[in-house]
Amino acid sequence: MMKMGTSTERRLLSPSMKMADLMNLRFSLLGVLTRMGIPFGFGDETVEEICHRHGADPDTFLLICSVYAFDGYIPTKERLEKADLKEVLRYLRLSHAYYMDVALKELATALENLIEPCGENQKRIIWKFFSEYKDELAKHFEYEEKTVFPHAEAVLRKGADRTFTIGEYEENHSNVEEKLEDLKNLVMKYMPAVCDQQDIFKALFYVFSLETDLEKHTVVENDILVPIVNRLENHE
Amino acid sequence: MSKRVFIIVPSTIVARGLEQIFHDLGEFEVGGILSDLSGSGVVQLRNMDPDVVIVDPSVFDHASRGNARVTLAEYTSAAVLAIVGSLWDEESLKQYDGVLSLYDAPTAVIRKVRAALEGHGDAPRSEGEELSAREKEILVCVAKGMLNKEIADQENISIYTVITHRKNITRKTGIKTVAGLTVYALLNNLIDINTIE
Repeated sequence: MMKMGTSTERRLLSPSMKMADLMNLRFSLLGVLTRMGIPFGFGDETVEEICHRHGADPDTFLLICSVYAFDGYIPTKERLEKADLKEVLRYLRLSHAYYMDVALKELATALENLIEPCGENQKRIIWKFFSEYKDELAKHFEYEEKTVFPHAEAVLRKGADRTFTIGEYEENHSNVEEKLEDLKNLVMKYMPAVCDQQDIFKALFYVFSLETDLEKHTVVENDILVPIVNRLENHE
Repeated sequence: MSKRVFIIVPSTIVARGLEQIFHDLGEFEVGGILSDLSGSGVVQLRNMDPDVVIVDPSVFDHASRGNARVTLAEYTSAAVLAIVGSLWDEESLKQYDGVLSLYDAPTAVIRKVRAALEGHGDAPRSEGEELSAREKEILVCVAKGMLNKEIADQENISIYTVITHRKNITRKTGIKTVAGLTVYALLNNLIDINTIE
């Protein structure tokens, strides 16, 4: 078992490493890979070679991978300066699409199966809770896509008006995060005995992976996107 | 917004070093530095209401060292981390929300401060892990959508007591949101769905 987060391991993330070695560090890195549109079947090629072939920027890709690979990772100034803002935004948008179109749908199906044997009232209230969570998450993504990301792009073109700065980007993830955590605890601890054990496990599996992924997503936003845009704003 | 850190260490070098780390890595900013806990310093600490306090335990004299955390709690509700350079009585370090070493890497400092903040939010513990009858009553009120003030008036208790009950309910059930508590109450047959819709 590999120990995560020490400086020795961190140095391992270099463009010349094999893509397979990078992916073997942690399961969740596979999500980054697929969302960036890089297909499997990369054999023994390096990160750099594969990124170039698929039009991805290796520095940005590795920066995002570092967030996913090492808990508590904080990007250095040098690495942030090397990162490509457009690429960060592309990744964030693709992630949003993944959460809404894939992850939440998988979770919804698992949850539907899980509550199938429950009473009508129980079904209704659990489903309502999940739907509210989904709507809140969608609303949050929409705010980012309609306000925050276009602002970042405007800053990049040096055409940002002064009505919004990245400093105002209030990271209001807290409520959505709490709801997902509640869902996790409700499913794990309080489902009626009629529910199938495997169905509970499956639902929990999707909740946990979504939760972990969203945590890293928030780090990418707070510790990569915000400081990069901040620096560009101040240089304007 | 970055979280504010208040530093109480006698060594200027250590204080400046910490300040530099927080400055470089973002997320936290240093709001004040004291070399000891003198009268005016205490006022400064109270006024600033920081999120995190980092203190060198040697600012407390030997007799008061064991109660250092309690002493600080009089001035601030912040999470408190000790910073130590050499071997230190482990027992007396247990009172802190975290312990930094002079040899910690900058990222380790940030991680520890984050962890201290996270662990710090815990409510005072009430006995047992099952909800008490009283807590169940409060939970039903919450699930019905009542506000703290309304619950306090109806149950004839202070708002502060309502908040403490709610903290304990959340700690025991692991459920934080009102919507989540409503689901919990229904799954545990504490309420009828007709009373909430």
